[in-house]
Amino acid sequence: MKRFFIFVGVMLFASASVASDKDLREFIWTNKASFHKSSSKTISPVIDSLLELNSGGTEKFLLRWLSKELWFRKSDGLVVTAKKLEKKSYKIFDVIDEQLIDVVDKKKIKQIKPNSGVRAIISSALVQFQLLNADPSIRSKTLDSIARKPEERFRLPLRKAIEIEKNLKIKNRMIRLEKLLTVRFEKNISQRVEVIRSLKNDLGIDVRGVLNQIIRTALKAEKVIPDNINISQILEPETGAIDQYDFLETNHSSTIDGSFTDLDAYLMLVKEEKAPEILTQKKLKDILTQQAEIGNIQREEAHSLDSYQKRNRVLNRLIKNGKVEPVVSREDMKNIVSQYVFYEEYAESSREVTNAATETLNEINGRVSVFSFVDLILEGLSLASIYFLAAIGLAITFGVMRVINMAHGEFIMMGAYSGYVVQLFVTNYTLSILIAIPVAFLVTFFAGIVMERLVIKKLYKRPLETLLATFGISIALQQLAKIIFGTQARPLTSPEWLDGALIFNEIISISWIRVAIFVLSIAFTIILIYVLNRTRFGLETRAVTQNPSMAASMGVNPDQINMFTFGLGSGIAGIAGVGIGLYAKVTSELGNDYIVQSFMTVVVGGVGSIWGTLAGATLIGLLQKVIEWFNPSNTLAAQTYMIIFIIIFIQFRPRGIVALRGRAAGD
Amino acid sequence: MNFIKRNQSLNFVIFFFLFSLFVTIASELAMGLLSTSFVKVLGKTLMLCLAAIALDLVWGYCGILSLGHMAFFALGGYLIGMWLMYERTKEIVISAASEQLIPLTPEETKEAIGNQIFGVVGGSDIPIIWIFADSLIIHLLLIVIIPGLLALVFGWLAFRSRVTGVYLSILTQAMTLALSLYLFQNDSGLRGNNGLSGLQNIPGYGNLTQDVISVIFLWLSTFALCCGFYIASIITKSKLGNLLVGIRDDEARVRFLGYNVELYKLLIFVVTAIMAAIAGSLYYPQAGIVNPTELAPIASIYLAVWVSIGGRGKLIGAVLGAAFVSLISSFFTSGQIPNIDFWIININWVDWWLIILGLSFVSITLATQNGLFGLIEKVKERVINK
Repeated sequence: MKRFFIFVGVMLFASASVASDKDLREFIWTNKASFHKSSSKTISPVIDSLLELNSGGTEKFLLRWLSKELWFRKSDGLVVTAKKLEKKSYKIFDVIDEQLIDVVDKKKIKQIKPNSGVRAIISSALVQFQLLNADPSIRSKTLDSIARKPEERFRLPLRKAIEIEKNLKIKNRMIRLEKLLTVRFEKNISQRVEVIRSLKNDLGIDVRGVLNQIIRTALKAEKVIPDNINISQILEPETGAIDQYDFLETNHSSTIDGSFTDLDAYLMLVKEEKAPEILTQKKLKDILTQQAEIGNIQREEAHSLDSYQKRNRVLNRLIKNGKVEPVVSREDMKNIVSQYVFYEEYAESSREVTNAATETLNEINGRVSVFSFVDLILEGLSLASIYFLAAIGLAITFGVMRVINMAHGEFIMMGAYSGYVVQLFVTNYTLSILIAIPVAFLVTFFAGIVMERLVIKKLYKRPLETLLATFGISIALQQLAKIIFGTQARPLTSPEWLDGALIFNEIISISWIRVAIFVLSIAFTIILIYVLNRTRFGLETRAVTQNPSMAASMGVNPDQINMFTFGLGSGIAGIAGVGIGLYAKVTSELGNDYIVQSFMTVVVGGVGSIWGTLAGATLIGLLQKVIEWFNPSNTLAAQTYMIIFIIIFIQFRPRGIVALRGRAAGD
Repeated sequence: MNFIKRNQSLNFVIFFFLFSLFVTIASELAMGLLSTSFVKVLGKTLMLCLAAIALDLVWGYCGILSLGHMAFFALGGYLIGMWLMYERTKEIVISAASEQLIPLTPEETKEAIGNQIFGVVGGSDIPIIWIFADSLIIHLLLIVIIPGLLALVFGWLAFRSRVTGVYLSILTQAMTLALSLYLFQNDSGLRGNNGLSGLQNIPGYGNLTQDVISVIFLWLSTFALCCGFYIASIITKSKLGNLLVGIRDDEARVRFLGYNVELYKLLIFVVTAIMAAIAGSLYYPQAGIVNPTELAPIASIYLAVWVSIGGRGKLIGAVLGAAFVSLISSFFTSGQIPNIDFWIININWVDWWLIILGLSFVSITLATQNGLFGLIEKVKERVINK
């Protein structure tokens, strides 16, 4: 019947015959009772015929109904809209042409309040109007809601809307959505198969969802397989599990490795109440407790039953005496299982459809796994660039100067907080980031120089104590930040043009912030390589690194070079802090999270080389993502294995990937 | 004066014996001057001192700055905690089931224990690493064996590839981090970030009250600390001790003299790891709970800080540092000191303590190589010279 109505509706659509307002008014008048008090069960046919009427005022009427703007007059039940005039009197208007009808007392009218079930039906009825709405954002939102809750009734409005849609983006979405609805609801099998096959290039997760739903199967057991059903496969239970089954176990173990055993089969029959339950220890205990309570077991004997053997012995005795029903034996179990056929049945009844869906899904999944791999590499590289940013400053201070700076993480944190403070004053985010980078550099540069002058300079001969002294500074700085900025995370907001992600397709995407960090780390590499290899300062730094006293005799001031190198390393940490702050929350513990990884990166890469740090960061970043990929639910495990890998890696290349040769390598 | 110098370890033992005696008399058992929780703090401090002795041996004498000794310490806590928790839960399970008509079988008891212990991490099976949890003796052995073995494997790998100095520190720190991250997982079999709890009760002695237990553990801790000190002072005075100092000062030269440097380093690394583990196994029953945050690398760095403040290369210095800093830390962070509200400056000691600690630590490192103990000696020398 409903289909007939829809058919009629389409015919009316096609002939573009628009019912007049009068017809609509008439319709509302005759069905007034349904509107006054509607229930989700009874309202559907009324709304269907309302839509079929296809009057120009229908949309407005439905919208008003939905937003509870409709009232009715108690005397005759006329549906109206109402407006409060003064305290207790309302003006009431015609529901269609909005002509004033009367001014009445509040008691004379009553508001129509559709319940949530009815509202859902009204809004789905509104869909066909909203798809044609002039506002593209409403059309787009409507598509969202259809995608969320697909129903067959949306197909016709959708087709109609596709024809007249001008916006190409929305049109493509509509076409795609229509296809998905066709895959789901189309009755014509060949048409459905055709659409399914046409989806093979679509990587969307919703497509996979729909296809997976089609090929969903249910495991069934029958003595004879019924005719005319779409079977995925017939399962032959593997024998042996019943023989091995230990009746002493407290729980059944079901399938572990995906194989379907005779025990699984039997348990399934038990669940469907086609076979008697197996005796478990829990049940045995219940039976014996019950027997002890009614006196079939002596109290002292019951207290002695502290092992399964004893319990079984008592049970056998009770069975022999006819007090307890006999339990099912292994032979019985095997017999029962052999009487049944086990098969997986598709929920979808058409074989062609399930075949097409399976093939298409396989093809899509194949492509998905390739793209996922590419995405994994991208993510790994992004992580690597973050590690590189965090570690590069350390590579300079630790690598070039052999000074371990445990407060390095806190310099990163200081950089991030500098960015935050700049944003407090400069509200334009693009501008503030551009200002924050040099500010962060200067703040940490001077902090580094102060620290070098006051602490590190005095400890050059005692590297292990540098570690501890800088650790002291680290906890002091961390606590200071906590006191100044509080414990909650502070936002470092990225400019608008860094919002969202660079999307290649449904699988491969990377957020622009990560791209920015990637670019930043490449820029760092180039700048640092240039500074260290092509400038006077770099030359002197390398000279001091390799042989301080010789450098001094050539007129280089090692003291000054050390100071500036340390400042440079710290300043870079500050800029890294701005980058990391964009993507992670800025807290006083920000640096803590990166410090060990940074050390790892430097050690793995090879001390004293920027290329080494780059290689180390790439290795660690990629490897961590790959390990995470094997066990995505557990990032902690990934980090654990990562560190173990590094410890082993050091065994084979104690000096890291890029080892310095010659005199510079000497410690 | 001569007597003091010659019999340092005897003095040490006498001092701590008297200390424990005094605490016992002042505790709630007798005079009630010291609360039970404070007695526990003192007992725990003794064990931190033992851990400090261990680190001093390996760092102050042998020059290996290990940032992993608190991991061994916590591992010891975990190993004793497994037994404590298992047996304690077993008692609870059995007493809960005593009202049923039919007693529990051993298998059912196990299942109930598993449910009790691992319910929080969504499991009920007892992991394989708990198989010896019902045996105190085996677990006491494991406290020695497992940290020892871990130290042996890690040390062998590290020393073999000639990782020294700062690198080694970072590597030990990485080991600590890996271990703590591993324990943070729910499927590590050690209750993830919940850790092991309820360790303050001694299974089988349910009728003992906490004031008695605290004193018992105080004496056990004193005994362990004295033993540890004695062993450490024997090591430092022996030929081995000289060798260790030699390695610290010039590893290459000792190697050229024909000694197998790696072997000695490994030996001292393993011995001190076991020492730390034993300290931990006495610490955590007094703390009542052990969880993976105890293994965080920062804990090991703190230990190094204590040793360095006290004065490394001197066993007494390590003990002094650990006792002084950990007690003063717990004093400052306990919130007992009134906050200072002066003009715009508002000093909350709980917050500012870490800053004071950090900075005083930097200045002590800068001012003296041998920490507080070195400072005391220096002052003493000057007084005597005058």
